[in-house]
Amino acid sequence: MAMPQAIVIGCSAGGLTALEQLFAGIDPALPQPIAVCCHTGSATVDLLCELLAKHATLPVEEARERAPMRGGVIHVAPSGYHLLVEASRRFSLSVDQRVSFARPSIDVLFESAAEAYRDTLIGIVLTGANSDGADGLVHVRQAGGLAVVQEPTDAEVATMPAAALERAGADHCLPLAAIAPLLNRLCLP
Amino acid sequence: MSKRADKAKVVDTALEDIEIELFVRALKLRHGYDFTQYAPASLKRRVLQLAHAQHADTVSALTTRLLHEADFLPAVLEGLSVPVSEMFRDPDVFRALREQVFPVLASYPQINIWQAGCAHGQEVYSLAILLEEAGLYDRTQIYATDFNEAALKHAQEGIYPSRDAQLWSRNYLAAGGSHTLADYYSARYELIKLDQRLRRNVTFANHNLVTDEVFCEAHLVLCRNVLIYFSDPLQDRTLALFRDSLVRGGFLCLGTRESLDFAPSAADFTPVDAARRIYRLGSRGAGKD
Repeated sequence: MAMPQAIVIGCSAGGLTALEQLFAGIDPALPQPIAVCCHTGSATVDLLCELLAKHATLPVEEARERAPMRGGVIHVAPSGYHLLVEASRRFSLSVDQRVSFARPSIDVLFESAAEAYRDTLIGIVLTGANSDGADGLVHVRQAGGLAVVQEPTDAEVATMPAAALERAGADHCLPLAAIAPLLNRLCLP
Repeated sequence: MSKRADKAKVVDTALEDIEIELFVRALKLRHGYDFTQYAPASLKRRVLQLAHAQHADTVSALTTRLLHEADFLPAVLEGLSVPVSEMFRDPDVFRALREQVFPVLASYPQINIWQAGCAHGQEVYSLAILLEEAGLYDRTQIYATDFNEAALKHAQEGIYPSRDAQLWSRNYLAAGGSHTLADYYSARYELIKLDQRLRRNVTFANHNLVTDEVFCEAHLVLCRNVLIYFSDPLQDRTLALFRDSLVRGGFLCLGTRESLDFAPSAADFTPVDAARRIYRLGSRGAGKD
């Protein structure tokens, strides 16, 4: 894989705790942009961003329509919208139909980011109770990107990482505690 | 562990992009519908979904049908438009309209509202209900426009799945509605039908924001989650269209996550409630008196 230029992360049930732990372990010098799609069911992601910011070593903010993906920033998909990455590497939003019962959908984020970043993208699927993200991870791998999946036995809810492994496979299948060190190793020059 | 992805279904995305470009070009040349300035990522998703729904093996197969089958266009427009909404979606926006915008509208003897991109009409009826409850509806004219004829027809009928009624009722109350939503619809089997009296001051009309010009002189333009599908230049052009349609001091309401950072025309609007994306045409704007 080429030097990674962006990281996308998907999670659902159990996601908050997993993201808190993951983001606490990221090297604050990490230069890549990170985009997160976490199903919450809340009307906004204000609280999610606030809680993550308490643990994260990088700034956390809601992804803004039309804004460029910024290096060293964790962008969180807004509630009720699909978050997409354009070829220009700026965000766009859509209120199209739910995908895998979800909006935002991890598949939508992953597929669009895979097209924008090709073989310089890292896609990560964490804990969750449905199979969103599995198709997206297939796209990430087909574009030459790197797939990382949380070990299902390590996940608070195994369904989502298990579905991702089943459908897409993974370049790295790791317990949560090993994912931040992997990113630090792959992403820092 | 390192399993490889299923190689059998490898998609040539570069080829897909060429096919989509040709499809969009055919739609414009053959039928005059211009999607060339739509944001590419979600447009691509919709074209691929349309191909899937039409059992077309490739986007090129869709293009062939688009060019040669006279009655294929409506299905394409339906697939490419975005009819997903709710009644009183983002209730606090409707509350803000009621509390911050309606008192100003009340000062006009005749109120014109343009809902641009009305899709299946959920927001048209939402607005009509709140205007009725505010005692303003009898002197209001709502122009509800969309480029998609099928959506307009749906909007006129005002029939929706009853499974949505529960959420919409909650939204209505959160928006500050003073009755219950059930007062405004009748339920039968799996469907609800909105009270057709709500339609009495609504004009449904075909208007395409991409290619058509100023539609009416409005005191309020509602256009929520439509511009998110537009490129920066098209978004800017559309905002200028709204500016030219609004009376001086008129209001504009956009979707709550829309960004005006890349639109020079946004300078003509002053935020009234920035979080809810409600703006007012400033006196610097070119609005009419």
